[in-house]
Amino acid sequence: MDKEELKKIVYKLVEDSTGKKKLKQTDILKKVSADQGIEKDEVKAALRELVDAGTLIFTYFGGSFIEIPPKE
Amino acid sequence: MGKKYETPLLDELKKGAFPSFVTEIEKAAALTGQPEDLASMASDLLGHTELCYKEKVTHWKHGGIVGVRGYGGGVIGRYSDIPAKFPGVAHFHTVRINSPSGFYYQADSLKEICDLWDKYGSGLTNMHGSTGDMVMLGTRTEYLEPFFAEVSSRGWDLGGSGSAMRTPSCCLGMSRCEWANIDTMAITNDITQHYQDEMHRPAFPYKFKFKAAGCPVDCIASVARADMSIIGTWKGDIRIDQAEVKEYSKKMNIQSEVIDMCPTECMSFSGSELLINNSQCNRCMHCLARMPKALRPGTEKGATLLLGSKAPIVTGALMSWVIVPFIKMEPPYKEFYDLIDKIWEWWDENGKNRERIGELIERVSFPKFLKEVGLDPHPAMIKEPRRDPFFFWSEEDLAK
Repeated sequence: MDKEELKKIVYKLVEDSTGKKKLKQTDILKKVSADQGIEKDEVKAALRELVDAGTLIFTYFGGSFIEIPPKE
Repeated sequence: MGKKYETPLLDELKKGAFPSFVTEIEKAAALTGQPEDLASMASDLLGHTELCYKEKVTHWKHGGIVGVRGYGGGVIGRYSDIPAKFPGVAHFHTVRINSPSGFYYQADSLKEICDLWDKYGSGLTNMHGSTGDMVMLGTRTEYLEPFFAEVSSRGWDLGGSGSAMRTPSCCLGMSRCEWANIDTMAITNDITQHYQDEMHRPAFPYKFKFKAAGCPVDCIASVARADMSIIGTWKGDIRIDQAEVKEYSKKMNIQSEVIDMCPTECMSFSGSELLINNSQCNRCMHCLARMPKALRPGTEKGATLLLGSKAPIVTGALMSWVIVPFIKMEPPYKEFYDLIDKIWEWWDENGKNRERIGELIERVSFPKFLKEVGLDPHPAMIKEPRRDPFFFWSEEDLAK
């Protein structure tokens, strides 16, 4: 699957969950790999690029989660 | 900046012969040349701590959105809940720096890191947390990236925090101890390199700690402090030098200090000869530690892997228990990593948020864990010494 397309899917999943449920990295890997029929490692690589670019961030609230960074 | 607050309670803790953390914070408060927003950090910490003592309640909160780009760990966000009163500790984040195996440092490296912390932080460190990282105490969010850039340019990296693999740690092993059965420092370094992603990008239900001890004396207390304890051991008979045993008999009471202390009662001493029933030995190391010149471990070295210990945060404290009685721990450690990957996959599939691997095993049962991870039951898999064999016969087993 095209990585840019995959990044958009991952971002949308996090965006749609905002305010409803905090997602752990493993939640994202399981959901996207199942929905798209691809390996978790492929999703992980896309997620990593999003985090490295600062598009998504890790947060800690009694556990580590992936979220959209707050607007400045 | 000098003393801003009256601190009668903290002053009590400066009395006596021992070094005082209050004195050290006061020294940090007297540092000069820091940016204005860092200069009041240590002095406000004194006032903040005094108030916490006085009110007998903590005014700290932790967590949140803080870190360096690309990493999900290594920084623990910490904030005062009364920032208007103590603006110097409105942010007081902790930065963890990955410690080298065995906590070896060249003095100049430490000076360099401490100089950077004077520049970008409070100037305070409690050196090593229980996980093992070098712990730099207190900085503001805006100083995290510059500090990280400087330390990483000098070859250091952040350690683990959050729901991630934590920075592995170990005893000094073969670098300084004659009892080491495995190269703990090489193993720890290899785990650190192998699992960089798992350390910096939290993906687990909760934290996971590795600790490697060279022998069952377990100086690093891995059996109580690590989700995965790697403890050096041996196969084969303990090697006995009877001439040295005789020498020991002249200066110690072998019967009461060694024979009577053997937990499996597998030893006897005639007055001139020491005998060991090695099939009953549980490798506790007591005899070897008492008579190091006379007794040596067997020649086939490896490790026992134990799983599950933790401090009492969510449920009570757990000690690790054996999952692999003996494994060769030699590069490239393929068998070890294959097992870890299976364990993590099982934890990932079955664990709840904030559930440590030991708690999960307690919840779903050890037999289920063994079956699903593909480990064969073994009599060494006891939960506590001399109590409760920790596996049960299945109907298929009984039918055999």
